[in-house]
Amino acid sequence: MLAQVKDLLLLMIGSALVSNVVLSQFLGLCPFLGVSKKVETAAGMGTAVIFVITLASGVAGVIYQCILVPLQIEYLQTIVFILVIAALVQFVEMFLKKYMKGLYEALGVYLPLITTNCAVLGVALTNVQKEYGIFTGMVNGFATALGFTISIIILAGIREKMAYNDIPESFRGMPIVLLTAGLMAIAFCGFSGLL
Amino acid sequence: MSENKNASNGAGERLINGIIKENPTFVLTLGMCPTLAVTTSAMNGLGMGLTTMVVLALSNMIISALRNIIPDKVRIPAFIVIIASFVTVMQLLLQGFLPDLYDSLGIYIPLIVVNCIILGRAEAYASKNPVIPSLFDGIGMGLGFSLALTCIGAVREILGAGEIFGFHIMPDSYVPFSIFVMAPGAFFVLAVLTAIQNKVKINGEKKGRDMSKIQSGCGQDCLNCDTAGGCDHKFYDASAQKSKKEGEDR
Repeated sequence: MLAQVKDLLLLMIGSALVSNVVLSQFLGLCPFLGVSKKVETAAGMGTAVIFVITLASGVAGVIYQCILVPLQIEYLQTIVFILVIAALVQFVEMFLKKYMKGLYEALGVYLPLITTNCAVLGVALTNVQKEYGIFTGMVNGFATALGFTISIIILAGIREKMAYNDIPESFRGMPIVLLTAGLMAIAFCGFSGLL
Repeated sequence: MSENKNASNGAGERLINGIIKENPTFVLTLGMCPTLAVTTSAMNGLGMGLTTMVVLALSNMIISALRNIIPDKVRIPAFIVIIASFVTVMQLLLQGFLPDLYDSLGIYIPLIVVNCIILGRAEAYASKNPVIPSLFDGIGMGLGFSLALTCIGAVREILGAGEIFGFHIMPDSYVPFSIFVMAPGAFFVLAVLTAIQNKVKINGEKKGRDMSKIQSGCGQDCLNCDTAGGCDHKFYDASAQKSKKEGEDR
């Protein structure tokens, strides 16, 4: 039991910090660069991503283990996952709108922006590739999304400060953000000593 | 439709458009995830680019052939199923015939499905134009993407390992910056690239040219894109067709 908890903890640290989804795997780069101008919106985006990725990796895991494997059609995983995720995001939005007004007001704006399809699909595929079970897959999904949230909030914090700086004309906008992300990636490389 | 017969639908024109005028990486900044992730070497970049090209060309062709059959409301899911099918085919082919490349590209092969370039071209070009031009459009865009990925891969490989396509080219006294083949290097190379792009844009605007298509990516999600007209504003030919159509309507 204790060994299992330890394994899960190590998995979480690995997914959230060491192989950070944005800074070392480059998944979910679009919202990372697009929605990181303010800490507040970045935090909202991060929460929405945690919510969707955890849910999606659970649903994708169930579908893979209970439908694709018994029918021996694992090679259809890409098609099935992308459709399931697309439907899921729509469904979550409708569900929240109808039954959970508070949560919808907090996350609703970000749900259609889940450009993280890249990351959502990436997590679902990684779970299959590494042969995680349904629960381990969900933990991995949660940790990956947490890593995304951590890095997008840090980037937003830096960008808020950077708004007052005098940046060379050609580096304004995207280039300086990418440089910042690169420096953050170097810092995150340091976490590889953790495991 | 008369507008389908205009000069911009010629095969050569389509190829040049994709490689230079609307180069997906250097001009449009689309499909950044694979661009950063797999360009650790020129070979990987080329492999990814060519795989994407095949998927893009074939899916463009099929989508164009089915453009009058697919109902407008479900077109995005339909496009995605077509694209995902070709991606799966390519994935199995690579696994069978090029296992080394398959291993080094890993999870980024199935992720071609969510590459904005493919859905963008399906939406902006293939769904409105005949089969043959769409095929060449896909090949042109794919070649442009391959070229960009190979260049970025080559730069990273030369700086980070002193090699290109696996051949040692730098003098022995050269100490490689291994950071360039690691994750941070990808961000730095892309930062410099977008800075050059900015510079070209600023200079062009000073000289009064139309630089509106040079842009820094799309913060939107293709699947849930709610921008009016979708990707249309991103591409020269689609926006030209649109303004033409609006003109006809008036």
